[in-house]
Amino acid sequence: MTSPLEQKKIKIAGPSIVTANRTWDGIVVYRTTAKSWSADLSEAAIVRNSDEAKALLAESIADDVGAIGPYIAPVQVGADGKIEPGNLREQIRRTGVTIGQSAQA
Amino acid sequence: MYAYDEIDRTLVNERVSEFRDQVKRRLSGELTEDEFKILRLQNGVYLQLHAYMFRVAIPYGTLATNQLRALAHVARKYDRGYGHFTTRQNIQFNWIKLAELPDALEDLAKVGIHAMQTSGNNMRNVTSDQWAGVAPGEIEDPRIWSELIRQHTTLHPEFSFLPRKFKIAITASDHDRAAIKIHDIGLRLIKNEKGETGFEVLVGGGLGRTPFIAKTIKHFVHGRDILSYIEAILRVYNQYGRRDNIYKARIKILVHELGIEKFSREVEDEWQHIRNSSLEIDDEVIEDIRSRFTYPAYEKLPHMPDELRQAAADPDFEAWRKNSVAPHKVQGYSIVTISLKPTGGPPGDATAEQMDALADLADKYSFGEIRVGHEQNLALPHVAKRDLPALWKALDKLGLATPNVNLITDIIACPGLDYCSLANARSIPIAQELTRRFANHELANLIGRLHINISGCINACGHHHVGHIGILGVEKNGEEVYQITIGGRADESAALGTLIGPGVKFDEVADVVEDIVEAYLALRERPEELFMDTVKRLGVEPFKERVYATR
Ligand code: HEM
Ligand code: SF4
Repeated sequence: MTSPLEQKKIKIAGPSIVTANRTWDGIVVYRTTAKSWSADLSEAAIVRNSDEAKALLAESIADDVGAIGPYIAPVQVGADGKIEPGNLREQIRRTGVTIGQSAQA
Repeated sequence: MYAYDEIDRTLVNERVSEFRDQVKRRLSGELTEDEFKILRLQNGVYLQLHAYMFRVAIPYGTLATNQLRALAHVARKYDRGYGHFTTRQNIQFNWIKLAELPDALEDLAKVGIHAMQTSGNNMRNVTSDQWAGVAPGEIEDPRIWSELIRQHTTLHPEFSFLPRKFKIAITASDHDRAAIKIHDIGLRLIKNEKGETGFEVLVGGGLGRTPFIAKTIKHFVHGRDILSYIEAILRVYNQYGRRDNIYKARIKILVHELGIEKFSREVEDEWQHIRNSSLEIDDEVIEDIRSRFTYPAYEKLPHMPDELRQAAADPDFEAWRKNSVAPHKVQGYSIVTISLKPTGGPPGDATAEQMDALADLADKYSFGEIRVGHEQNLALPHVAKRDLPALWKALDKLGLATPNVNLITDIIACPGLDYCSLANARSIPIAQELTRRFANHELANLIGRLHINISGCINACGHHHVGHIGILGVEKNGEEVYQITIGGRADESAALGTLIGPGVKFDEVADVVEDIVEAYLALRERPEELFMDTVKRLGVEPFKERVYATR
């Protein structure tokens, strides 16, 4: 995985979010516009250029107790504003494993 | 079985309370993630895609039934009801909560198991033959020596901050089930002309981005000198190993760059300084360890009991017996391999219920002992032959009697993109599809011994380089692509596979494997010619042609 520091150099190619894992139980979370974390992708703050992305990432990294390993990930935003993961990895992080084992807690 | 002493128990318990305190301080914000990361890794805790992953060591693959039950308990209470046995005699739990980890560790500590040195740049779990102590023709039980090395290297300061992780594997049989040639140090127990026990020492093997087969550095090191010799290797590695570049930090790179002759001269120099020191092992020390390994009170039993003779009429039993049951060094007993590769299932997974039930079966039929092998299967090491039919029936009820050990569906697969944060592609669904394609056991038997190994990235946790057919997932333009190799093996004739051509898409992998298998069936000169023999005879060219002719 790309470390947050390396990611600072990355130029984002489309709508993106910051995602991480919640510290106490490790579940997948997304940085929200309210400067907190949510397990619900629809609440994620969307960034559209690299300055915004860097700022969101910096803020996320600063919240070290809330969540660990924050990084920028691509998403797709539908015409209705619905947010979907932008790649298979994020799809798997969102819906759980693809191998027929239960994804729910 | 091995009985741990007071020192081990104290060590393990102290570790748990220390970690409990560290977790508390992390969750209160007193420790930052940067500060905490090294501490959690020292306790086998990784962050993966969905959650923390917790890796527990199973030294030399030996488990007592109370230990297996404790693993089942962890799976049930702190995880999602299953655990994943890996290629390194470890078990991993994929959905652990950090806040609950100290409790899980404490529950495991009660039965003497822990997660120390299951990650980080230190000496990892020393692995061995899962048939240790029971395989016919073995020089002696290799676990005695694994245990000696385990004791010496656990929390040893010189082995705690190596340039990179370090893996030792030991075998004592002609047939290498411990894959010693793909380890940093591989040890093969042998006897010299005087009948003394010692080791052939191999060094510099490993998979990952830059795979190497280990080279013999010394043909005979006396048992009493093995710690000093290992220490000499480690010192040379510690001195010259690359710490500036993680991709070049493993000892295999150093051995490759210096060349085995120069490397061995350096080791020899170092060794002469330290061999006649406190590192020389007294017979008493070895005897003490030896005495802690207890063996069952075997009965005198017939080679061919009636129960077995009768069951032989059942073709299903016979299908299972043929590939799951192996000869034991004591007459009337067998070693039973338990396939964790059911059709359509993730290789290496076992549910809490299966683990508990297996513990019961091991108590009933295997003197309370279970083994874990690097092929991600389990074994019962001491089953009386008369009990085989009853055991088979019980295993079948648990879904643990798939008759596919060493066949095409006995696949090694890493967790891949379904779990692993380093992955580029999925591994497990490929394995699942292949087990469905080749679910017909008659076909699988017709094909014979054929190992498929799958990794979801170049780190090669699924040992793809040494699969008879190896499958490596890579990423290309955001898509999963799979590179196929042929001709690898991890046994005494270890070799790396040869890439047969451009990568193929997720949906094509099973078709490609079918093509390779069909080509093999058409090319083999007689049914006894195994896949690897055909590859050896003809090279990869005919397989390559077959696979790419239509693509
Ligand atoms: C899921 C989390 C895992 C992570 C983050 C991880 C990480 C790594 C990395 C970075 C390497 C490459 C090391 C190198 O050679 O430089 C590696 C190699 C390896 N890992 Fe894993 N691994 C994971 C799971 C597993 C599993 C599930 C297995 C067993 C099925 C495994 C067993 C191995 C083995 C056997 C190697 C071979 C490397 C060698 O022989 O040199 N690991 N792992
Ligand atoms: S080979 Fe790669 S994908 Fe598979 S477990 Fe290892 S690091 Fe993860």
